Amino acid sequence: MASLGRYLLAAFGLAAVLLGVLAAVYVSGFGRHDAASDISRSRKTANGLFMVSIEPEKGAVRQGELHTWLVTVTTAAGQPVEYAAIDVSGGMPEHNHGLPTSPQVTDYLGNGHYRIEGMKFTMRGWWQLRLSISAAAGSDTAIFNLAL
Amino acid sequence: MTRIAAVCLAFALMATLAACGKPQFSDAEKATIASLALSALPLLEPDTTNRFADDPGAAALGSTLFFDQKLSRDGTVSCSTCHKIERQFQDDLPLAVGVGRTNRRTMPLAGVAYNAWFFWDGRRDSLWSQALTPLENPLEHAGNRAAYAHYIEARFGERYERIFGPLPDLSAVPANATPLGADVEKAAWASMTDSQRDGVNRIFVNIGKAIAAFERSLMPPPTRFDRFAEALASGTEPQGDAILSDEEVQGLKLFIGRANCVTCHNGPLFTDGSFHNVGVPPAANLPPDRGRIDAVAEVEADPFNCLGPYRDGGPDACGELRFIRKTGEELVRAFKTPSLRGAATRPPYMHAGQFATLEQVVANYLDAPASVESTTEQHPVQLSERERAALVAFLKTLGE
Ligand code: HEC
Ligand code: HEC
Repeated sequence: MASLGRYLLAAFGLAAVLLGVLAAVYVSGFGRHDAASDISRSRKTANGLFMVSIEPEKGAVRQGELHTWLVTVTTAAGQPVEYAAIDVSGGMPEHNHGLPTSPQVTDYLGNGHYRIEGMKFTMRGWWQLRLSISAAAGSDTAIFNLAL
Repeated sequence: MTRIAAVCLAFALMATLAACGKPQFSDAEKATIASLALSALPLLEPDTTNRFADDPGAAALGSTLFFDQKLSRDGTVSCSTCHKIERQFQDDLPLAVGVGRTNRRTMPLAGVAYNAWFFWDGRRDSLWSQALTPLENPLEHAGNRAAYAHYIEARFGERYERIFGPLPDLSAVPANATPLGADVEKAAWASMTDSQRDGVNRIFVNIGKAIAAFERSLMPPPTRFDRFAEALASGTEPQGDAILSDEEVQGLKLFIGRANCVTCHNGPLFTDGSFHNVGVPPAANLPPDRGRIDAVAEVEADPFNCLGPYRDGGPDACGELRFIRKTGEELVRAFKTPSLRGAATRPPYMHAGQFATLEQVVANYLDAPASVESTTEQHPVQLSERERAALVAFLKTLGE
């Protein structure tokens, strides 16, 4: 009797572990590239010079429509980065094509905030947005993954 | 032994039953199908660059002009010569024929007002500026803007003025003049005063704005696919011709799945409105056609583009032109993704009518031959003969 109980317990334990693994695989976007699974909208630039966050100005992004993003750049220590030059590029790595438009920073809004106009995503899937930032502290690049 | 066999049989039976009971589409597939249905098409946004875009009087005049052969050099060509109303506003020819033969295929016009860019290469950025191009193209209407201004005054003067306001004084304007075209016409244009030129340009532009107002009403009709998609979305059984055959369903699944068509042919008009090189071979005996890459400079230089003086409303409407992508190998031999609505009943296909049948189109996608210049975005896809036929069968549901 006691051995049957232990047996059941072990079986349940094993099932729980299996379920956990499955859930983890599912949540992390099974089958996607590792790079694409990190869709955070805040990140350090490659060499750690800046912290960059991005958000669409109107909250949601509709496929096929021109829209605007707000970008915030601070130093690693959290100081706003003023009057940086930001070059915007990107594309769809899986389809080997770039962005359909040439988005540009059109406004510096103060306090490390910038506006990017002319963004457009014409397809669903994994998009990359690359921001190359040059300021007094130096030049560095942040790559964001966006899932549409 | 017999017990094992019975258990196996029971399992096999259960598996088959489970397969039968399995829903036809996954939730992701259902969402994609819903996004393709005509009912998902949003209302047309106002066009602030054309303040007559939704003016019924302008649309009525535009409709008259669209079918008016007098709006051409020798009185034989109208927009409807090539954009035939009973043929989905196209002409079934590989290459369009007006006063002469052009190097591209006539584009159908259903839903055309949803575009940001016009022509196969997108060399115009509004519906009204597009309409001006064939009017002065020597192979299409072959006319000139001074002649059109005189004609509007003589034939539609009062009607025109009710919509657009007073006509300028055209009495001293030459009968034939345009900054494009033949040398005599160019010389006549150069001899005009600035205000005469602007007066003629404004009438010319208003012809375009009236025609654009008319074209905004051209919408694709609902098809069998749409009736099927609506039933699927509402969870009801499709009825009558909304029932898709197993082959058509298989084609639909391929279209949105393994054959990857929906990446570019997306949304209710089956187009992303963007430009791609899909490795279509050049048509024989035509000069090289480099597509989008050569259109960029042309639309930027167009005096009737969104940033020019003839736009109504503010420059906020000019985002597409301001943020136009100008460089990159991928613009070479890139053409605008066409809508697939109605495509099955209007061969031939592609920008110069290179393919006579949908089977040839599908074969070109699956084989993905190299592009004559730059590189195709298409990768080869393995499909069986039956799957190819299924894909074509699905495309036909968009045309009935
Ligand atoms: C000689 C035949 C011909 C005539 C006449 C003609 N078109 Fe076209 N039309 C074409 C061809 C060919 C194309 C594609 C041309 C290209 O890409 O260079 C086209 C493209 C278009 C487009 C672009 C559609 C899109 O999806 O981008 C519109 C709109 C259009 N025509 C409207 C008109 C109007 C309005 C007129 C009359 C003022 C007109 N056409 C006269 C043959 C013609
Ligand atoms: C990379 C984007 C892309 C993908 C993926 C794609 N298409 Fe296209 N499609 C286009 C473009 C661009 C054209 C016009 C090309 C040209 O004229 O050179 C086109 C043209 C067509 C046409 C001709 C329509 C007409 O009016 O001439 C058909 C039919 C078609 N595609 C079907 C398909 C099918 C079926 C698939 C999947 C096997 C597919 N497409 C995948 C971009 C794409």
